[in-house]
Amino acid sequence: MAVTNYLLAGFGGQGVLFAGKFLANLGLIEGKYVSWLPSYGPEMRGGTCNCSVVVSDEPVGSPVVSAPDVLMVLNLPSLDKFENTVRAGGTIYMDTSFIERKPVRKDVKVVALKAAKEASENGMLGLANMILLGKLLADTAQTSINKALEESISAKRTDMLALNLKALAKGKSL
Amino acid sequence: MKKVLMKGNEAVAEAAIMAGCRHYFGYPITPQNEIGAYMSARMPKIGGVFLQAESEISAINMVYGAAGAGKRVMTSSSSPGISLKTEGISYLCGADLPCVIVNIQRGGPGLGTIQPSQADYFQCVKGGGHGDYKTIVFAPSSVQEMADLAVEGFSAAEKYRMPVMILSDGTLGQMMEPVALKYPAPKLPTSDWAATGTQGKRKPNVINSLFLLCEQLESAVVSRFERYKTVVQNETRVEEYQTEDADICIVAFGISARVGRGAVNLARAQGLKVGLIRPITLWPFPSSTIEKAAQKVKAFLTVECSMGQMVEDVRLATAGKKPVHFFGKAGGTIPSPEQVLAEIIKIGGVK
Repeated sequence: MAVTNYLLAGFGGQGVLFAGKFLANLGLIEGKYVSWLPSYGPEMRGGTCNCSVVVSDEPVGSPVVSAPDVLMVLNLPSLDKFENTVRAGGTIYMDTSFIERKPVRKDVKVVALKAAKEASENGMLGLANMILLGKLLADTAQTSINKALEESISAKRTDMLALNLKALAKGKSL
Repeated sequence: MKKVLMKGNEAVAEAAIMAGCRHYFGYPITPQNEIGAYMSARMPKIGGVFLQAESEISAINMVYGAAGAGKRVMTSSSSPGISLKTEGISYLCGADLPCVIVNIQRGGPGLGTIQPSQADYFQCVKGGGHGDYKTIVFAPSSVQEMADLAVEGFSAAEKYRMPVMILSDGTLGQMMEPVALKYPAPKLPTSDWAATGTQGKRKPNVINSLFLLCEQLESAVVSRFERYKTVVQNETRVEEYQTEDADICIVAFGISARVGRGAVNLARAQGLKVGLIRPITLWPFPSSTIEKAAQKVKAFLTVECSMGQMVEDVRLATAGKKPVHFFGKAGGTIPSPEQVLAEIIKIGGVK
């Protein structure tokens, strides 16, 4: 049974919840069972936030991801908090624009991008989340990505579609 | 039908609207605020009523009024807010009024935490309010089921003239899952008992829970409990997962049942014969399913996000025939499938 547990974390406003919603929609479009669970507890009030996304071939059991296969972190507190939870052999995607230290773990793969820096230098301010996802989803069919993005962006913000696609492409190219 | 991602809170609200609910009264509390927010956006557009009351007590009494007027009506809250509503729930039961009440549970007691919990089992299943009464309690364990049970909740509430409680929790309310919301057009009730105005053509209907003569109250309560018997016969719902050859049977509802299902899969992968019984109705409780399982399994393990409440009903159903163990988490935390598996091994799960 193939199942991927994602944990995405960062400051509020960095697009962590949206990135998770996009991953869940992508899974749904590809015919998988999915769940998306945001942190809504005290950490939300303190400015950091995270969300659990499960993409599976079978109905999702617990939607709470406590040992992620993929951890995506956009700030240092998130790396500090979640590095040790990653499953051995898993992958950490991190934005090194804001995270100066390297992960300590030697049994996980690390993909480090200066995503926020790339975003601001390329007119995509605030889309570091999508740049990291572009890297993560480099092998995913473009048609699925397009559809998932359309599903994820609210009808009021369709103007953001092109820019998000650009950010995903940028991440893929890095 | 195309599936879309929806939060449990949004799905239960939209399903209620699709079921013909046009009256919603509530008061904000995390983690169920998306229900009120959704209703406030939708109800004015479809000629319905969204009203944010000044308190939960006020909201439940508005439900009493709307239900008494024969309207399809809903309210929602989370644990501390449900405590405030219990007086009104007792009155609704005493006046035989149908409605749907959603409880997106959070950790207690007191103001507790905003994180998910299942510690309102006793409150919602055993009464909470005063007097001899029951409410039908549905325990969804997915976003789709939150929606489906809301629709069915209105039918059951009207069929038996009693409140239906949707006992959910912060996880199911906040999480998104794919859902397809498709229901037959609602058949709105023609309640000949409701206070709809006589037009000078009939005797007034009276909605009331007060009986000054104890014999009259006794007869009302007894006939209500006769009705409850038919609820037990018709409405008891349960799901079984891999129980056919199970040595150990997990019993869990709602979010814990999802964890339990994960634990069953982990156990089966190791060759352990473990199954899951998931009550979908907590009242009526699927006692006979558990009683039957007690003839085959070696032990039960009840898993709850509480210090152990439903476990008492599991023990009653097994009548001491087999050991009933308990594993729970309190204060807004959720057990992991791995923790449940460890517990299974501890109580003697062998290959």
